[in-house]
Amino acid sequence: MSTAVGNTIVSLPDQSTAQLPKRHYINNEYGLLSWLLTEDHKRIALLYLFSVTFFFFIGGAFAGLIRLELLTPQPDLVAADTYNKFFTMHGLIMIFLFLVPSIPGVMGNFLIPLMLGAKDLAFPKLNLLSWYVYMAGGTLTLAALVLGGVDTGWTFTAPLSTHYLNTHVITAAMAIFITGFSSILTGINFIVTIHRMRCPGMTWFRMPLFLWAHYAASLLMVLGTPVLAVTLVLVALERLFGIGVFDPAKGGDPLLFQHLFWFYSHPAVYIMILPGMGVISEVVSTFSRKRIFGYTAVAFSSVAIALFGFFVWEHHMFIMGVSSYSALVFSLLTMLVAVPSAIKIFNWAFTLQKGSITFETPMLYCFGFMGLFTIGGLTGVFLGSLGMDVHLTETYFVVAHFHFVMVGGGLMAFLAGIHFWWPKMTGRMYPETISKLAAVTTFIGFNLTFLPQFVLGYLGLPRRYAAYPPEFQVLNVLSTAGATVLGFGYMLPMLYLAWSLKYGAIAGSNPWQATGLEWQIASPPPTENFTEIPIMDHEVYDYEWLANKTKNEVTTVG
Amino acid sequence: MDSALATTDPADLHAGQEHGHVSLPQHRHHFETVEQQREAGSFGMWLFLLTEIMFFGGMFFAYLVYRNWYYPAFAVASNQLSVSIGTLNTMLLITSGFCMAIAVWAAEMRKRSLLLAMLMLTTLLGIVFLGFKSSEYYEKYELHHIPGNNFNVSMFTNPAGYGIKEAPLPPDMAQKTQVFFFLYFAMTGMHALHMIIGLGLLCWLIWRANRGDFSSGYVAPVENFGLYWHFIDIVWLFLYPLLYLINRHPLH
Amino acid sequence: MTDQAIHDHANPSMHEPRSEQAQLHIVTPAQYLVVYLVLIALTALTCAAAFVDLKWANAVIALAIACTQVVIVVLFDMHVAYQSRLIKLTIGAGVFMFLVMVTMTLTDYISRSWGMW
Repeated sequence: MSTAVGNTIVSLPDQSTAQLPKRHYINNEYGLLSWLLTEDHKRIALLYLFSVTFFFFIGGAFAGLIRLELLTPQPDLVAADTYNKFFTMHGLIMIFLFLVPSIPGVMGNFLIPLMLGAKDLAFPKLNLLSWYVYMAGGTLTLAALVLGGVDTGWTFTAPLSTHYLNTHVITAAMAIFITGFSSILTGINFIVTIHRMRCPGMTWFRMPLFLWAHYAASLLMVLGTPVLAVTLVLVALERLFGIGVFDPAKGGDPLLFQHLFWFYSHPAVYIMILPGMGVISEVVSTFSRKRIFGYTAVAFSSVAIALFGFFVWEHHMFIMGVSSYSALVFSLLTMLVAVPSAIKIFNWAFTLQKGSITFETPMLYCFGFMGLFTIGGLTGVFLGSLGMDVHLTETYFVVAHFHFVMVGGGLMAFLAGIHFWWPKMTGRMYPETISKLAAVTTFIGFNLTFLPQFVLGYLGLPRRYAAYPPEFQVLNVLSTAGATVLGFGYMLPMLYLAWSLKYGAIAGSNPWQATGLEWQIASPPPTENFTEIPIMDHEVYDYEWLANKTKNEVTTVG
Repeated sequence: MDSALATTDPADLHAGQEHGHVSLPQHRHHFETVEQQREAGSFGMWLFLLTEIMFFGGMFFAYLVYRNWYYPAFAVASNQLSVSIGTLNTMLLITSGFCMAIAVWAAEMRKRSLLLAMLMLTTLLGIVFLGFKSSEYYEKYELHHIPGNNFNVSMFTNPAGYGIKEAPLPPDMAQKTQVFFFLYFAMTGMHALHMIIGLGLLCWLIWRANRGDFSSGYVAPVENFGLYWHFIDIVWLFLYPLLYLINRHPLH
Repeated sequence: MTDQAIHDHANPSMHEPRSEQAQLHIVTPAQYLVVYLVLIALTALTCAAAFVDLKWANAVIALAIACTQVVIVVLFDMHVAYQSRLIKLTIGAGVFMFLVMVTMTLTDYISRSWGMW
């Protein structure tokens, strides 16, 4: 591109004269109430940003405690039942309060109307409500923690959770039930918005892939979450009244619980990863200055992942005593999900091919995503094969596998997105050098933490125990060391992003020279987003269009 | 997604901009036209009902599994429900749905007093339904047929002792009647909870209709509530045969 | 919305419903009444059918009648017959996902004890 200088595409306005727009969504109104009662999707996104960050660090603290306990083979930091509470809280918070709402809540809320050329989501009040519902669920989760914790594992496994444990299962189940409503409301809002609020000229195949990914994830939220809700209601009722839909002693079937639970919780994996894939598509295209290779294939693969995601849940239950014929069917179907995921990875790789690649921080996180998610996905194929699964399931291999997908995939994408859209959200750039350091630290720390766990699991170390045989200590120490590095890597962005709010360079409206509609308006955007409704008169990711536009607009920059 | 969905006619939106702009107080700023807002509202409502299908779907599936496993217990336990109250309640709910449908029509036709009357009638029928339902619940409470520690199976192991024409169940199968009653209470209870929420919303609608909110062509809340109320009907239309009519011809 | 627009909408529309935007179609009270009477009649029928011993057909008949009733409610009381394709697709998606849940789970329940007797 003409604007590219050296090995970067960043083009910032002249810092000596540049200033933020006078009126934007952040300074449009002042006072706590103007935030708590706001219906502006951008402000709600920031509310989500603060709250998911808060819960991320609480969940992270539990991860730290778990790794600290596993430093030695004996349960010497905490007793075994406390350890159970640690990993339960870690799982509940990270999955339901961080991963599921993080990218949709923060970036989806902020960007979907901007990318569509709309003034707001279809139901702004519902959007605010979904944040309050989320906070209510979060508060209840913390209440369960403060009251004494819950030790079922995040899976609420029945009849363990319904008849055998004496912890705050009902509180936790209700917390998750309520949080589920938040994600249903978000999903409904996104689907309606994408169907009904597209600006003139914004056809389905001119939508950025971020929107396709969010559309698919929203379908999963709407169709899957209610099944989790009803399952948790049944667990709570069963526990409350001592009856047995899930208790074999009373004629119930614990596998029914598993079926209903995983009918949601497997698609939930795609709720967590699909929006991340949307972020990656945007970032890859921008930093290789090319239209996404196979746009249509990537768009449809999102929908395919959402659809196939509903056909594979039983692979979580292969060793639980399900029918082996049924397991065979589900094992085959599981292999199918690998196809659309691979389509995405290959298409991103082909987008990179012969692109003008530059290595800004979002792109570094993005490369981290592509590597780690591929490993996570491929080990998923191991686990989906019937024979291997018998050996590997419920070991650290599974733990490593889903952390590669969820953390290596979802969290890396979240950080890529936060860095990528930070200039848009705040009007200021993050500091480039230290953020590259953070990206690299995260990548190294992550691999150091979870690669040893593949080995541990393959050697047969079962998950969810506070103690382990001494011969596994070396690998566990490595993993704990990696977790320390990783924790450091996650602290950094919080610090320098906060710093950049005041001291960061003024970003201007389009620091990356990206093509999305969100980059064609001021940063931070004004409350009403677009002073006049934009018209999408070009294809998506059209860098030539952008170059022409910039050329003709030299005089009106600002 | 087929490509037909992908056609948003730009010309159309522009036309909307010209003549459809802000003429109703209910028109919210971020929608281009009132029509767009109405469609978004009803689509959103349908998506919500989609989640309700899946929510009740989980319980219907549990019912399917256990009914096949414990058919004798389900049949006998089901016969202890009052089929006359069940049928009456079904009729009541259908009538209530009819009133709601007329209410939607009245709102669309801007007939305020008819709208008010129909909403009130809908509410009244809903309350009567819940009244019958609670009398049924109370009967089960007296018979110790509420699952839990006080559940009593003697009526199923020794039906003759209670003057009931049924084959006695062996003790372990008799215990499984608890599963039936648990599903009965869970499903009808969830249904009743939805009705209670619906009745609350109806009161709100009556208040607004009385204020004249729906007399000027703005009918989205009434229409969308109508969808919700009919959905509750739908759930009951399945619950009624599945819970009350499993085997009404014992010992033939 | 102008009065003219309302007036247009009040007349059952002559326009074909387009893919995403359907015209507002008003169902008349007479139609509702017919629907109501059919529903009541079907309820009486399903109740009566349950008292006759038809072996396995009892459950099938009960479910078939329930499904018929539900389809009638959805099409006319809930106006889906006159709605856009999008709404129809939405409902189809819900029913489809429910069926996926049932059939896929049943693959386990049906075959769980195969070869174990």
